[in-house]
Parts: sequence; C-alpha cells; structure tokens
Amino acid sequence: MRRTGTVEIVHPRYLGEALCLVADGGRPLAGGTDLFVRVRRGTETAPCLVFVGELEELRGVRETETGIEIGAAETHAEILAHPATERFAVLRLALRAIGSPAIRAMGTLGGNLANASPAGDGLIPLYLHEARVRLVSIHGTRELAVEEFILGPGKTALRQGELVRSITVPFPRDGAQAYFRKVGRRQALIIAVASLGALVWADDGVIREARLALGSVAPTVVRPREVEGMLVNRPLTVKALTEFRDALSSAVRPISDLRASADYRRQVAGNLLLDLASG
Amino acid sequence: MTLRFRLNGRAVTVEAPPGRRLLDLLREDLGLTGTKEGCGEGECGACTVLVDGKPRLACLTAAIQVEGKDVLTIEGLASSGRLHPLQEAFIGTAGVQCGFCTPGLIMAAYALLQENPRPTRDEIREYLAGNLCRCTGYAQVAEAVELAAERLR
Repeated sequence: MRRTGTVEIVHPRYLGEALCLVADGGRPLAGGTDLFVRVRRGTETAPCLVFVGELEELRGVRETETGIEIGAAETHAEILAHPATERFAVLRLALRAIGSPAIRAMGTLGGNLANASPAGDGLIPLYLHEARVRLVSIHGTRELAVEEFILGPGKTALRQGELVRSITVPFPRDGAQAYFRKVGRRQALIIAVASLGALVWADDGVIREARLALGSVAPTVVRPREVEGMLVNRPLTVKALTEFRDALSSAVRPISDLRASADYRRQVAGNLLLDLASG
Repeated sequence: MTLRFRLNGRAVTVEAPPGRRLLDLLREDLGLTGTKEGCGEGECGACTVLVDGKPRLACLTAAIQVEGKDVLTIEGLASSGRLHPLQEAFIGTAGVQCGFCTPGLIMAAYALLQENPRPTRDEIREYLAGNLCRCTGYAQVAEAVELAAERLR
C-alpha cells in the first residue's frame, strides 16, 4: 500500500534541537533517497522525520593530522569534489559508483551508514580504511569502528536518540593501489549483485598487504581477513590470484534474492579477485 | 507551513505541508506538469529538476528541503517563449519520442553542461545513466546533448 498523504517533517536549526527530536522518536532524514522510498511504501513507522541534512554540525570535510573527518550529512557529490578526499582513491571510486548524478547529489555517507545495507557502495571504502563512526545524542558522544557499528542488514549499533555525526577516515599508508568494482544488471542505479573494493600495497609486483571488502555477499560488508593474509608475499598476477579464488568464494555468505542466486554471488566474488591483477 | 523559494527565476510563496513531495508541489499546487512522475522511487530520473544548480529527484525531495533554494524545472528553460538549445536539439535528433522521460533527461543534460560544457560521448552516457528511456535507445539522446553543447559554446 502506498501512503498517499504527506509525512510529518520537522526542520531543526541546531544540532541540540535535532537531538531532542530524535530522542523523542523522530527519524533523522538526510538525503532521503532511501527513507522516502520506505515512507511511500508505508514501511517507515517513525512518527516524524527530522531533517538534519543542512545542520552545520553535520556538514563539511575536515582534514586532521591523522586523516579526514566527513560530516554525516555531506553528500556523495560533495565528498567526491572535496580536495581532502584526493588521497582516498578507493573512497572516490566507490562513491562514483553510487546511483546516478542526482542520487549522488542527494544521498549522504551518514545515510549509507545508518541504512546499513549489505550492498551499500559507500560502506566498502569505510571498511577498507578502517573508518570510525562518531555518534552523538543528548547524553554525549561515542565512537565505534565501522565494523562494530554495522550489525546486519538494516541493523546498526545506533541507540534510541543517537545520530551519526561524522565519519573519521585515517590516511592510508603511501603507495596503496585502489580497486573497486561492482557487478550488477545495469550500469546506473544498480544494487550490486556482488562488489569488491581493495587496497593493495605491492613491491615489484609482490603483494605486501592486501585489504579486501566485499558487498552484497553477506549480511554486512565483509573483510575476508584469512584471504587477505594468504595474499601476502604472493605475486599480483592473475595466475597467483587464481589459487585463492575458491577461498574467497568460501569466505562469503550470500543469499539468493530477486537479483541473483547465492551460488552465482559466490562465483562472482571469487572471480572479482582475479580482476585485481588486471587493473 | 509557508514555503518560500525561487522557482524558474521567480520568487514563490506557497502554503504546503513540510513533507509534501516537491513533485506534487510542482505539479499539483503550482501547476507545472512538465516534471513527470515515473517510478516514484528514484530509479528512473523522470522527475529530475535542478536545486541550486544540482540535479535532484523531485519524487524523493520534501517541500521543506527547497525552502530558500533555487529550483529550476523544464518550464524554466523556455521561459522567454523560445526553446532552449537542448530542447531544440532533442527535437532535431528525434531524441524525443513518447516524451515522458524527456523533461528529466533534458534537466540532467542541462546539469551536465553546466558542469562540463564539452562532454565526450562517454561522459554524456555516464551522466544520463540514471534516466531511463524506453523509446529512443539513447543514441539520439546522446547526439542531442552533443549538438546542444556545440550550439551553446
């Protein structure tokens, strides 16, 4: 059933005001690209939406000594255009793969986190960079690693009344090769069947460290750490990577849904590994 | 609430609930039916408009989100009574067939040419990838954008 009426939305001017509204059960609204779809389908039950997309405290990208801090309500397009994200190639590759220009001009990284979709393109670089999520509520602030923050499909560690304030991403060690690819049934606006992002440090074609993050093949984005360990000191060639294809396929826990079967997703996940050497 | 924003270059004041969709506000309250509703879920791009110069989907935008902003719809491109070069080019290349996706495509193309006045064919295809068309096969659409880009230079 479609809800044809309009939804109640409030527009606080300050973070403190927003936090009080969220503490009373309001659902934070940033870009609206997912939330409005749920409202229309009638699956969103919050009594009101709290528009936080323009709160100064949730905006901007700031360079710190150890990395960058991205405001939760910063849009994908703004993050892509910000000079401070230039050192984060895999972040830019992943954000560029999101939706379409209009969706990228609306959707936010904080929204991606709060949605906790296993297919969230924007989450993959956060797992690779071991980003941290800063939360705020009327009671104070706390910080969690992205892997602690996301608990399952649509499930996060957010407590009642908490809001994602920002995401801190540490600078990667120099020399990382960035890789991101998603496989789906259409180029734009696809929800991936499987996706792989990677940061690889190699010397003379030999892998010194590899970080992999896979989307759409488990209840959350996953880092297959065993496979990452196996790749150390191996050549970055298709031949060498082929040995680990099955290990990667076994490391994922996909489901079958209307987009693809679990078996297909396993196979694609493994095959994506080979692509690292051709990039 | 009383909502104030600029629409196609003119100041507008309208009474609307803050959660009203921009799409309904434009089409039903303000009578601008050029912006179309396709899927209503952000998959098809038919309702693309520009807000402060950036492409946005009117079906996923609440009225409150355009307060104080500058909104440009397809009607704003020909406000002088003369078609915009993009509109002429779409007609010239048969980039318009049934026409339902056309306002969204033209607004997305307009946003592209603002950002990048000399897009390559691939850049055009990539930028318009969020706009579905079931008639043209897209070749004429990309041609139209190239043609308009030339005329606008």
